[in-house]
Amino acid sequence: MALLELPLKKKQKKETPAEDVLTGTTGTRFSRHLILCLVGLVMLYPLMWLISSSFKPSNDIFRQLGLWPENWDFSNYAQGWTVLNQPFHVYLINSIIVVVFSIVGNIFSCSLAAYAFARMEFTGRKLFFALMLGTLMLPGHVLLVPQYIIFSQLGWLDTYLPLIVPHFMGTHAFFIFLMVQFMKALPKELDDAAQIDGCGPFRTFLRVILPLCVPAMATTAIFTFISSWNEFFGPLLYIQNQDLYTVPLALRAFMDSEGQSMWGPMFAMSVVSIAPIIGFFIAGQKYLINGIATTGLK
Amino acid sequence: MSVLTKQTRGAATLAVPGGKPRRARLKRKNQRSGYLFLLPWFIGMLFTIIPFFASLYLAFTDYNLFTEPNFVGLANFQAMFEDPRLLQSLKVTFIYTFVSVPISLAAALLIALVLNRGLQALPIYRSVYYLPSLLGGSVAIVMLWRYIFGNDGIVNGFLGLLGIQGPAWVTDPQFALSTLIVLNVWTFGSPMVIFLAGLRQVPAMYYEAASIDGASRWRQFRSITLPLISPIIFFNLIMQLIGSFQTFTQGYVMSGGTGGPADSTLFYNLYLYQKGFTEFEMGYASAMAWLLLMIIAIFTAINFIASKFWVFYDN
Repeated sequence: MALLELPLKKKQKKETPAEDVLTGTTGTRFSRHLILCLVGLVMLYPLMWLISSSFKPSNDIFRQLGLWPENWDFSNYAQGWTVLNQPFHVYLINSIIVVVFSIVGNIFSCSLAAYAFARMEFTGRKLFFALMLGTLMLPGHVLLVPQYIIFSQLGWLDTYLPLIVPHFMGTHAFFIFLMVQFMKALPKELDDAAQIDGCGPFRTFLRVILPLCVPAMATTAIFTFISSWNEFFGPLLYIQNQDLYTVPLALRAFMDSEGQSMWGPMFAMSVVSIAPIIGFFIAGQKYLINGIATTGLK
Repeated sequence: MSVLTKQTRGAATLAVPGGKPRRARLKRKNQRSGYLFLLPWFIGMLFTIIPFFASLYLAFTDYNLFTEPNFVGLANFQAMFEDPRLLQSLKVTFIYTFVSVPISLAAALLIALVLNRGLQALPIYRSVYYLPSLLGGSVAIVMLWRYIFGNDGIVNGFLGLLGIQGPAWVTDPQFALSTLIVLNVWTFGSPMVIFLAGLRQVPAMYYEAASIDGASRWRQFRSITLPLISPIIFFNLIMQLIGSFQTFTQGYVMSGGTGGPADSTLFYNLYLYQKGFTEFEMGYASAMAWLLLMIIAIFTAINFIASKFWVFYDN
């Protein structure tokens, strides 16, 4: 498990490494840029095609390889918004409810657990920490059937509780691990000083450590946002009522009503569904890149 | 495990005036609040540990959600080895994993190496390559893939420009899985970012010393870069393997939940879902989950053993 410790001992300030001096002639530099741009273009092409297709009349989508729509058509968005059982904003709101509670739950439970693991002494800490790391690698499907039985016994089917409550119980061990890594890097003297000033563990946690962990919490929030927003399997399992569908389930419903005329609206709603991810990605890049570099999260 | 748990020892044993009794009291108090901080997590562990053993038990029963489970011994496991669809799902999952993981890791390392050569625009490139890995698991993108690789999709459109008649990627059992392999390779950005972070830890002076000694670029890569980032290659390999074995959404959305055409995208977890939640053979599904757990454990163990021969730890 030592491997989990590895990447990135500390954040580096300079974006260009010291090797800069050795990077060769203008010619090789140029060809490097050229290759990187081409690969980048190939990678982004599907996304750009998706966005441009959402503005094309359905009949044009597969006739034009080009990205610029010849006939702009905004009706896809209006049509896609209303064509399913409920207007699309209902699904967006459903997803937002699940996502917001998931983020709050993860930050709450993971920061508490991380503080205990990173900065407190108590019997069994090492054992519990090892157990926590063990759950990191446990494939979720092993727990699937009994958890489904428990949730259905509790009467939680067709509610968001199976999607939300586990977040409040620190079952997403990756974020505990991320915050442990972060908190261990803070100087120990902080706790000592707080203790001498008369702070108990809870005050120390709340007033001293937590404010310093804002970057780690931001990383947790963004990753939780992306994974909950994309989450397909949980809603598929627990949500049958179409009015309660989250965005991924609603999108899937487009495929059931497949037909050429639906391509445009489907692509339009696909754009709507990934737009928040791209938005959060642009806004939170720093936290994402640092977060993934410290823990290897996807 | 040892490296991780080695941490701030004696946080509570600061020099408090008043000596031992006070320190002991402090420690006891710290004990209690330690458990209090972990309380949500403890409850969560109950929701993990109980289902863990419950599913082990159910794997040996014929549970079907509606009637009481009967103990059937190894019958589920025997049935699995005679179940052609199960064997097919293993085959699909293995092909997917062992083709896409090496390709995406190689791509990730290659691009990371090029990016690490001190380009001004590094953050932009890094973002462009990383973005797809955030979207690869979303329903929107898997649906998009269906149309990109559709009969009249853009892939065949471009092949047509080159004068090649593209196959029916999505509906031909021979090609359906390869479209999902491409999708997985498309998300190489997240291992790439980890590689980049690792490459930045390699001290530049190693390269300076090596080039003074006349070592070629390739030689430097082989003898400096590769050994120093081998732990990161190892980390990425393990995480990618575990992730790929558990692929679900891609197969489900691509095939409309069937795993078709002709079971060519029937991922293991998709079949498990079908067994457990459309046929309600939950005993069988639990047994399948445990088989997957064992497969993942075996591959991880093999990797850990093999890592002794190629992973280089500095300390």
